[in-house]
Amino acid sequence: MVSASSERYVASTVAQSVKILVVGAFGVGKTTLIGSVSEIAPLRTEETMTTASVGVDSLAGLDDKATTTVAMDFGRITVSPEVVLYLFGTPGQRRFWDLWEGLAEGAVGALVLIDTRRVEESFEVFDQLETRTGIPFAVAVNDFADAPRYDTEQLREALDLLPETPIVHCDARHKESSAQALIRLVEHALNNTKALT
Amino acid sequence: MDNYRDHPVRPYVLTSGRAHPSRNTIRPETLLVVDPEAPRPIAPTSQQKALLEMCGGMLSLAEAAAHLRLPVSLVVVIASDLVDTGHLQVRSAPRHTPPPAELLEKVLDGLRKL
Repeated sequence: MVSASSERYVASTVAQSVKILVVGAFGVGKTTLIGSVSEIAPLRTEETMTTASVGVDSLAGLDDKATTTVAMDFGRITVSPEVVLYLFGTPGQRRFWDLWEGLAEGAVGALVLIDTRRVEESFEVFDQLETRTGIPFAVAVNDFADAPRYDTEQLREALDLLPETPIVHCDARHKESSAQALIRLVEHALNNTKALT
Repeated sequence: MDNYRDHPVRPYVLTSGRAHPSRNTIRPETLLVVDPEAPRPIAPTSQQKALLEMCGGMLSLAEAAAHLRLPVSLVVVIASDLVDTGHLQVRSAPRHTPPPAELLEKVLDGLRKL
């Protein structure tokens, strides 16, 4: 067995780290996409939180608490001798942003992964990205074999996206396809940055 | 709509009762490495010891947390203390604004070479 310990660490020449959020509903392929381009096997971190529903439905007031685990899978790409890029895979619901406030701050942007069989699951993700982060985002449609095909403009209308928001089709299992989706996002972020200066 | 709220609860017991780091400059992507010149802490906690051993080479906070199987929110607190005492170095300045064009170009070049 080859020891992975030498590849565990970031090259000592690296002095800057940047991040892209890969956001989408459970099972949409975030970890698959991250794993297809990451130089390390995707890693997972977990946070435990209690979900207390505050309302009139509880007799005792404290009984309806449940413990849930929120997981974040992530990967790494050393994009130059000085710069490392992290890809953080996040569920993107409201409770997630409450837990990791600041995760989006300073990010290149977010790649929103969607499954056309359950587009409605992405609505909350778009709401949260637009209202809470303001970071640039691109949409990647993970083309599952049995998923209905929509053309880009149908999706743009259904998701109420701006004309400049990139929409790409991708196969998250393939490195080139995943990389292309990330490239479209970074190009979009670069256009935004140049427009501001 | 707003009668539903989530309350994050953090494992602050392991951090002497504090749920928040001493400074707010460490993020999941922040790169950390042990300062080889700095003396070892005199009486490190087991978490401090584990994090210092993990950061013998450069790693992001998120990677260190994942390898140690500890939550990111907990490792942020532990790392902040060790940065305050000089045992751990932050190698990448935390970014509060969008990356500049020059940095985005480097990321693009790297992705195009994949």
